[in-house]
Amino acid sequence: MTIASDAMPSSAAARAREATVRRFALTDALFRGLTRASAILVLVILGGVAISLFAGSWQALSSFGFSFLTTESWNPVTEKFGALAPIYGTLVTAAIAILIAVPIGIGIAVFLTELCPRPLRRPIGIAVELLAGIPSIIYGIWGLFVFAPFLQTAIQPFIINVFHGVPGLSSLFAGPPYGIGLLTSALILAIMVLPFITSITKDVFDTVPAVLKESAYGIGCTTWEVTRRVVIPYTRIGIMGGVMLGLGRALGETMAVTFVIGNAHRISASLFAPGTTISATIANEFTEADGDLYTSSLVSLGLILFVITFLILAAARYMLMRIDARTGA
Amino acid sequence: MRHFIRSAAVAIAMAAATTTLTLSAALAADISGAGATFPYPIYAKWADTYKKDTGVGLNYQSIGSGGGIKQIKAKTVTFGASDAPLKGDELEATGLAQFPMVMGGIVPVVNLEGIKPGELVLDGPTLADIFLGKITSWDDEAIKKLNPDVKLPSQAIAVVHRSDGSGTTFNFTYYLGDVSADWKEKVGVDKAVEWPVGIGAKGNEGVANNVSQTGGAIGYVEYAYAKQNKLTHTDMINKDGKKVEPTAAAFSAAAANADWSSQPGYGVILANEPGAESWPMTAATWILLYKKPDDAATTGEALKFFAWAYDKGDEMAGELDYVPMPEKVVESVKAMWAKEVVGDDGKPLYSAM
Repeated sequence: MTIASDAMPSSAAARAREATVRRFALTDALFRGLTRASAILVLVILGGVAISLFAGSWQALSSFGFSFLTTESWNPVTEKFGALAPIYGTLVTAAIAILIAVPIGIGIAVFLTELCPRPLRRPIGIAVELLAGIPSIIYGIWGLFVFAPFLQTAIQPFIINVFHGVPGLSSLFAGPPYGIGLLTSALILAIMVLPFITSITKDVFDTVPAVLKESAYGIGCTTWEVTRRVVIPYTRIGIMGGVMLGLGRALGETMAVTFVIGNAHRISASLFAPGTTISATIANEFTEADGDLYTSSLVSLGLILFVITFLILAAARYMLMRIDARTGA
Repeated sequence: MRHFIRSAAVAIAMAAATTTLTLSAALAADISGAGATFPYPIYAKWADTYKKDTGVGLNYQSIGSGGGIKQIKAKTVTFGASDAPLKGDELEATGLAQFPMVMGGIVPVVNLEGIKPGELVLDGPTLADIFLGKITSWDDEAIKKLNPDVKLPSQAIAVVHRSDGSGTTFNFTYYLGDVSADWKEKVGVDKAVEWPVGIGAKGNEGVANNVSQTGGAIGYVEYAYAKQNKLTHTDMINKDGKKVEPTAAAFSAAAANADWSSQPGYGVILANEPGAESWPMTAATWILLYKKPDDAATTGEALKFFAWAYDKGDEMAGELDYVPMPEKVVESVKAMWAKEVVGDDGKPLYSAM
């Protein structure tokens, strides 16, 4: 009797425990299913974007063929479209932006992690992160109203005069000074990608073990040598990640570029000349594009940008893998 | 507590149901349209006043002429609006009726030190040569000849054009093509063209900004933008060889001198019209709606709105620097509605009151 009355509550407790375990198993399964569905959703969206871009661009790609990639002319009147000028503009502006932003970004990161007096560290760090929070349209407006007139009246005439008659450079910096053009948008892009590169580089610099740096200082290395030989080699994968993130933003940036690039479907040797990028062309022309071939050509531009971004990210991954393999071996 | 929650839930559900009901009732009465950006300010103003007068709302999305044509073809809106008229065979094929609603003028604007609005005069061929890149400096002989009294600087001409497809560009290039065979052959006429020179800027306001910031610049904008931004417009030599200023009177003169019945769907481009007073770059904007609409009631409402705008909207148009259509054209359009736009039963949706 006493045994039975003892057993009763314990079996009830066991049942309750069982029920709880079952409930946990169920919520766990549900949770696993949800997370898996979210992960699959990303693949579905990516696949859907790729398929719809391809379907939308089929008409243009089939009627122009490979010459779509190599033709500079973009003529809505005769419906002859070529993507060379936007591709050129996209690559050149992004490349110049990265060339400018990477050294400055690494410089800021080195200063913040190695040299900066403590009280200054936070304000500068926060300022850099605030720079990333500014909407791109603000950069565009600032670029058009403040930066472009400044370039046009102060910087460009000076550079044109300095390089006048110097072979190569004179055509690279040929006038007239419009103020807006390839170089202007590259400079704006450099400012826009700078915070991405800086904050990631700063974060990875913080991961360098103090013992490594201290040993280097201990054997008499200068700050430059420590940065060059210890910090940067130790963190190059992270730096690469920051650069790729910045490059991705530079390639796809639309509004700020549209404001300051000049939107001309031409390839000129001069960096001061107006040009266009893929995203700027789409933003400018999609609303009024009538005619299926015109719309399809714009979608093709989107597909090309998609492919370029994909290739660059793939190349970055590949490089990181090779570095990983080498350091791992 | 539970009871309270349930009754609260019921109350919320009922409130939601009534709002959906009232919302859908309101939506049914609203006229929807989409298209050209150029007439958007005046359509918005008319719609606002009309709603106060009659309670019938109009929802107009200024997504661009191309978008407006696409939307009306997809039948997602009651009417489409376009700055470039559809051709006769396209109207025939789609069963759309087309009529002009309001007009405006396009003016060349320049940024030259010491030159005030209206001091500089250009003619069609010179304007075409500037935009072709043949004339590259402000002290070119062709410009000097037209402006013997103006001191022209030896400054490079910076051409500014629209970067987005636009009805303004269509009308502007139509005029250049009309006066210059070279332009017609090399560049052509469209809402977006392959510009031989210059920088592109988005929208009328973009061109206005770029011109006012770039020394030696020339661009083209709707008259209202030139006026509001206090830009330096130029005068033009028109088809009759007379010098004209861009004024509402000059735009009206061009419209009055046009032969509206010459094109199906009133698709007359008002560029380079004859007449001593005519401004050469006048432009109309058109409405497109179905002659046999699926939703006859809403199309009937839309026609009532357009009739109201023709009758009572002239003053509002003037305030915003648009030019109302001539009376003769309005009468003809109304007669066309009464004859051609019919419901399912074959009865006209609009009757002259």
